[in-house]
Amino acid sequence: MFYRENGQFKTSYKADQQAFAIPQDRWAIVAIVAFAFIGVPLLVDEYMFRAILVPFLILSLAALGVNILVGYCGQITLGAGASMAVGAYAAYNFMVRIDGMPALAAILLGGLMAALAGIVFGAPSLRVRGLYLAVATLAAQFFWDWAFLRIKWFTNDSSSGSVSVPDINLLGWTINSPTDKYLFCLGVLVVFSVMAKNLLRGNMGRQWMAIRDMDVAATVIGIRPMYAKLTAFAVSSFYLGVAGALWGFVNLGSWEPAAFSIDRSLQLLFMVIIGGMGAISGSFFGAAFIVILPIFLNQMLPLIGGLFGLEVSIALVSHVEFIIFGSLIVFFLIVEPHGIARLWSTGREKLRLWPFPH
Amino acid sequence: MSGRKFGEVILDLKNISLSFGGVKALQDISFNVLEHEVRAIIGPNGAGKSSMLNVINGVYRPQQGDIILRGEHHANMDSYGAAKAGLARTFQNIALCKGMSVLDNIMTGRNLKMKANMLQQAIWFGAAQREELEHRAKVEEIIDFLEIQHIRKTPVGRLPYGLQKRVDLARALAMEPQILLLDEPMAGMNVEEKQDMCRFILDVNDQFGTTVVLIEHDMGVVMDISDRVVVLDYGKKIGDGTPDEVRANPDVISAYLGASH
Amino acid sequence: MAFFLETLLGGLMSGMLYSLVALGFVLIFKASGVFNFAQGAMVLFAALAMARFSEWIPGWMGMENLFVANLLAFTVAVAIMFVVAWLIERLALRYLVNQEGATLLMATLGIAYVLDGIGQTIFGSDIYKIDVGMPKEPVMMLESVFDGGILINKEDFIAALIAALLVISLSIFFQKTATGRALRAVADDHQAAQSIGIPLDRIWVIVWCVAGITALVAGIIWGSKLGVQFSLSTIALRALPVVILGGLTSVPGAIIGGLIIGVGEKLSEVYLGPYVGGGIEIWFAYMLALVFLLFRPQGLFGEKIIDRV
Repeated sequence: MFYRENGQFKTSYKADQQAFAIPQDRWAIVAIVAFAFIGVPLLVDEYMFRAILVPFLILSLAALGVNILVGYCGQITLGAGASMAVGAYAAYNFMVRIDGMPALAAILLGGLMAALAGIVFGAPSLRVRGLYLAVATLAAQFFWDWAFLRIKWFTNDSSSGSVSVPDINLLGWTINSPTDKYLFCLGVLVVFSVMAKNLLRGNMGRQWMAIRDMDVAATVIGIRPMYAKLTAFAVSSFYLGVAGALWGFVNLGSWEPAAFSIDRSLQLLFMVIIGGMGAISGSFFGAAFIVILPIFLNQMLPLIGGLFGLEVSIALVSHVEFIIFGSLIVFFLIVEPHGIARLWSTGREKLRLWPFPH
Repeated sequence: MSGRKFGEVILDLKNISLSFGGVKALQDISFNVLEHEVRAIIGPNGAGKSSMLNVINGVYRPQQGDIILRGEHHANMDSYGAAKAGLARTFQNIALCKGMSVLDNIMTGRNLKMKANMLQQAIWFGAAQREELEHRAKVEEIIDFLEIQHIRKTPVGRLPYGLQKRVDLARALAMEPQILLLDEPMAGMNVEEKQDMCRFILDVNDQFGTTVVLIEHDMGVVMDISDRVVVLDYGKKIGDGTPDEVRANPDVISAYLGASH
Repeated sequence: MAFFLETLLGGLMSGMLYSLVALGFVLIFKASGVFNFAQGAMVLFAALAMARFSEWIPGWMGMENLFVANLLAFTVAVAIMFVVAWLIERLALRYLVNQEGATLLMATLGIAYVLDGIGQTIFGSDIYKIDVGMPKEPVMMLESVFDGGILINKEDFIAALIAALLVISLSIFFQKTATGRALRAVADDHQAAQSIGIPLDRIWVIVWCVAGITALVAGIIWGSKLGVQFSLSTIALRALPVVILGGLTSVPGAIIGGLIIGVGEKLSEVYLGPYVGGGIEIWFAYMLALVFLLFRPQGLFGEKIIDRV
C-alpha cells in the first residue's frame, strides 16, 4: 500500500485535529510502541538494555524537556543538567525522609521541585534572552552543582557525598532486572510523550510558539510573556526533573553530583540541536544518536585502526567523539536547523508523493 | 459615506504626548473614534502614525495624555490589557509564527478565550478537546469569511506576502475585537490584493459592526473606505474630519498632498 | 589588614587573567556579534601547541637553548592560531552570518568541541608544562608598613604586566592602524562597512586571529602557572560572567569586569566561604552577573539594548 492520504477525507474537526491525522502514521506509532513493549524484551540481551536502551529512554525524556523550552518556546538553556539534579536529589530526599513514600510519587515530586527551581531560575528570561539567558541558566547550573556537593543536608549527610536508593517497588512490582527497568522507563516515557504532544498541539503549545516567533508582538494578541515563558520553564524542568530522578533511581542506583554537571547540560542541548528543535520526534532521534555514537565508535574505531595497523586508544576514541559531535552541531545549525527530525519528515513528504513526484 | 449610523464615542484619546529621548514622536494629540466607524490615521513618513497605533494598544506608554475606552480611563494600558479590553491589531511587518500552519496561527488569536488549564490540556480528552473543537468551529468561520480555506494547513512561512497579511487579519478577527487596529494593511500589495483587502475591511465593519482604526499610506484607498480621517505631520495633528473635509484642508494639502503627491 | 591586602592583590592577579580571556570574547563579539564560547577551547589549543612545540623543537633541532625553543614554539603557535581562525571563518562562520545570537552561541559550542577534540588528538591529553622562564619565588612587599609585609608571587606580577602590555598594544592597533579602523567600522555596522568596500570575511579572520593571540597569551600565562591540561578549556566559563559584568562590547569593561570578578571571587571565598561550606567562587561570579543581568543587562560599560516591535 502506498503511504498517502488520497481518498481519506476528514468529516469532522475532531477527526482533523487528532494527534496523528494520517491513519498510516497512527498505526505506525501504535505498532512501534507495541513492539517496544512486547517485541523488544523478547529480542534483546541484558547488555543492550543496560548500555543502550535504558539510557536512551531516560535521555529521550530529558531531551523532550529541553526541546519544549528551547525548540518550542525559543528560550535557550545551559542548565538542563541542574534541573535533572534537582529532580534526582529532591526525589532522593522525599524517599529517605518520609517513611513509606512510594518511589513513583517521590520521582514525580522530584519533578515538581525541579519545576519550582526552574521557575525561579527561568525568571531572568522575562528580561533577557539569547546569550544573556544562557548565562542566567549557567548560574543555575553552577549553583546547584555546588549545593549538592557542599550542602550536606541534600545528601542526607552521607560521608562519601554519593547517595543511593533501593530498587523501586511499584505496587508489588520490584524493578531490578534490566528488563523491568526498561519497561518502567518506557512506560513513563510513553505517558510523558503523549502529554507533551497534547500540550504542544493545544493552546499552551501555541502560546509557547508565539513567544518563540513573535516575542514582543505576542502580547498584542493577548499572550502574557511571563505566563508563557515561566510555564515553559516549569514544564521543561518538570520533565528534566523526572528524567533526573529516573537517571538516579533506575539507571545509576547511586550517584554523585557529577552525574548532572554542565557536560550533561551541553549534551542535552546537543541532542536537541542534532535531533531537531521544535519536533517531539527530534528528542528521540537526538537521544538515540548521542547514546549510540560513543558505543559505535568504541567498536568501530579500533577495527578501522587495525586495518591500517594503528593502535586506537580509548582517549582517542573520546577525542574523535568530541570532534564528531562538534562538527555535527555546526553542520546541523548551518544546513538543517531542524535536525534529523526535519530530514525525516522531508523524506516522508517525498514518500507521500512517491512514485509521482509532481 | 455609507448610510450606517455610528454609535457613541468608543475610544477617546486626549492630549497624547510621546517622546523617545529628545525626539517628540507625538505632541498633544486628541481625537476620538465612534463605534462602528472606519477611522483612518494618515500622514507622511515619520509623522507618528505607527507610534499613535502603538499608544492605542499599549505597546508604548505616552508620557502625557489619557486614553478613554468605553468611558474607562486607561492611561497606563499595556498591550495585554488592551487585548483583553477588546482591541486587536495587525502588524506592518507581519508578526506571524512562520513555522506554524495558518490554522494554528489563527487559533492563537483565540488564546484569551480558552480556559482549559495546563493539566486538562496535557490529558486532552475532556475539557481541552471540547474547547479546542468549539474554537476550531469559530476559526473556520473566519477562514471562510476571508476565503483562505485552501491554505488552512500550510505553514505561514511558505505563503506569499498578500496572503500572510490576510492571515494576520484573520488572527486579529479571531479575537472577536470591538476595535480592530490595522497597521498599513495594504502596504506592499498589488492592486488586486488591495481591492480584496478593502472589501474584507468593509465587510468586517459592516457584518460584525467592528470599529476599525487604520493607518495607511495609499491616499486613494483611505479616502474611499474611511468615514473620518486624522492627519498627522511631524507628530502634530493638522487635520481631522471626513475625507472630503480633509481633502479641502489647506494645511493637509501643503503638508501631505502637496509634498509627496 | 595585611591578609586582606594579600587576598585583594591575589584577586587582582587572577582577575587580570580573566580579563585576558574576556578580551578575546569582546573582540569577537564586537566585530561579528558572535559570542565565542570556543574562546576557552582556543586557549587550551594554543597552550597545548605552545607546550608541545617547545618540548619537540629542541629534539628536532638538537639544541638546548630554552629561549630560542620558546620563541620558535611561540611563532609556530601563532601560525597555528592563524590557521585555526581562518578555518573557523571559512567552514562555519561565513555560513552563519546574521543568524540569531542563540544559534551562533550554540555553533561556537560545537566549534569548542571540535577544537578540544582535535587539539587533544594532535598534542595529547596529559598535563604538560610551559616553562618560559617566569620566576616562581615570592617576594615580600611593604614590610615597613605591615608586620611581616605582603607576600606576592613574582610570576603573578609579570603576568599582570604582560596582560597590561597586550591590552595597550591592542588599543593602539585598534585606534591607530587602518585595519583597526576597518575593524571598528565593521563592529559598528556590518552592512555599512561592507558597502564602503571593507572586506567582511577578511576582517573577521583578522579578529579571530587577534582573539587567537590573546588566547595564546592567556594560555601561556595560565599554563606556566598551573600546567596545560584539559581544564584550561573551562576558563571560558569562568570568564563569561566577566563580560556580562563589563559589557559585551567594551574593552575597558572586560578589563575592569575581570578585576572585579577576580577580587570578588577571592574575597567571597575567604570571608564568606567558611560559612557556607566553601567552593563558592564559581557560582559567586555567576550570581553577580545574574544581578547585573536583571538590573543592568548591558553591563557596566556596554551599549544599551533596545527592543523594537
